[in-house]
Amino acid sequence: MFDLSPQDWVAVQLSLRIALVATAVSLPFGIAIAYVLARMDFWGKSLLDALVHLPLVLPPVVTGYLLLITLGRRAPVGAWLADHLGIVFSFRWTGAALACGVMAFPLVVRPIRLSIEAIDRRLEDASATLGANGFWVFASVTLPLALPGIIAGAMLGFAKALGEFGATITFVSNIPGETQTISAAIYTLTQVPDGDRAAMQLVIVSIVISVAALMASELLARRASARIHGI
Amino acid sequence: MTMLVVEVEKKLGEFSVNALFASEAGATVLFGPSGAGKTSIINMIAGLLNPDRGKIVLDGDVLFDTDKRIEMPVWQRRVGYVFQEGRLFPHLSIKHNLTYGRWMGGYPDDPAAFVHAVELLDIGHLLDRRPGKLSGGERQRVAVGRALLMKPRLLLLDEPLASLDAGRKDDILPYLERLRDEAKVPMIYVSHDPAEVKRIATRVVRLEAGQVVATGGPELLGV
Repeated sequence: MFDLSPQDWVAVQLSLRIALVATAVSLPFGIAIAYVLARMDFWGKSLLDALVHLPLVLPPVVTGYLLLITLGRRAPVGAWLADHLGIVFSFRWTGAALACGVMAFPLVVRPIRLSIEAIDRRLEDASATLGANGFWVFASVTLPLALPGIIAGAMLGFAKALGEFGATITFVSNIPGETQTISAAIYTLTQVPDGDRAAMQLVIVSIVISVAALMASELLARRASARIHGI
Repeated sequence: MTMLVVEVEKKLGEFSVNALFASEAGATVLFGPSGAGKTSIINMIAGLLNPDRGKIVLDGDVLFDTDKRIEMPVWQRRVGYVFQEGRLFPHLSIKHNLTYGRWMGGYPDDPAAFVHAVELLDIGHLLDRRPGKLSGGERQRVAVGRALLMKPRLLLLDEPLASLDAGRKDDILPYLERLRDEAKVPMIYVSHDPAEVKRIATRVVRLEAGQVVATGGPELLGV
């Protein structure tokens, strides 16, 4: 009864790869920005904050279009990257991952920022008196204590990346085998006669992936939270 | 031999600290009512708070000096600190809390020192536990052990017994006396409890409203 076409399986694999890469790449940047927003005071901070949240409030198609006109093959930044570093985003799965990462970024930053803000800074002082320099205070105290927020941010980012549609299709189009994710494949199937059955199967696959990801993150979050409460 | 010289001025809102004292081996107690500036002074020694003016010299090593523009970062000072509330790292086991300072300082493993501290403080049965499940007294003993095992040049104790009830205090005081007499780490001990001070102090610095009003032996307490 479950007979996804090879092309649909490719869409599933691509979606997973894109969402995982988008999450993995945006996480370190997300942690850095969250730390800056949580801890530092500087001129232009509210501007940075607004910039980070922009993909959340802009229509996804607008974000996708902005990516297209900056990072497209003939756009200034995109052409430079292609000529000098050999990095091409347009109409590639890497571009889909970039679009998903950008769209997911505000959702990655927010929980991490909140958990960094909630850390008892007196523990960081204690760490410094025990001989830890700034880097080690961060690595051995701040980061582990922010873990529940990091897990939540990764989960939200992954979910957003998995479901991203508007920015991705605008930036890298809907090319089977290269940029066609589950969402785009379902959309395509709903546009053709007799596509309902295959669309339904992809819907089931995406429900399974989402529920599995949610359960895994719940489990991890519970363990991390017990850990930072010293139990 | 004078080992610690503190000469600091610091304005904290309406309140200002203006303290000058020296301390030697043994336990120097900063004694005075709440709000006398005791904790501010040891925070300045640890480097967690910077004086507006003055200098702090430990064993000839300048930790802070406004005239010479020296301001050694906290992590380089090798001054152990036992906080009032313990401040154990909740995400680490007791064992890893105890070895944290050795890791950060990059010292070689010293099993003899570890065993000695663990026995001195009687915390061997806690090593595999996590801080969340410890009693207040156990937590403070681990906090003392953690500060001791970083091989500090000086140990600061900020009312380490304040969060404990009277019975518990009597349980811990003998450990602190042993620390003073056996481990021979010089201590600066902050307290406002005369009974406690009488047992610990080899020297007393009496503070009121941010000023040193008297220095001398334990007889200063008038008890």
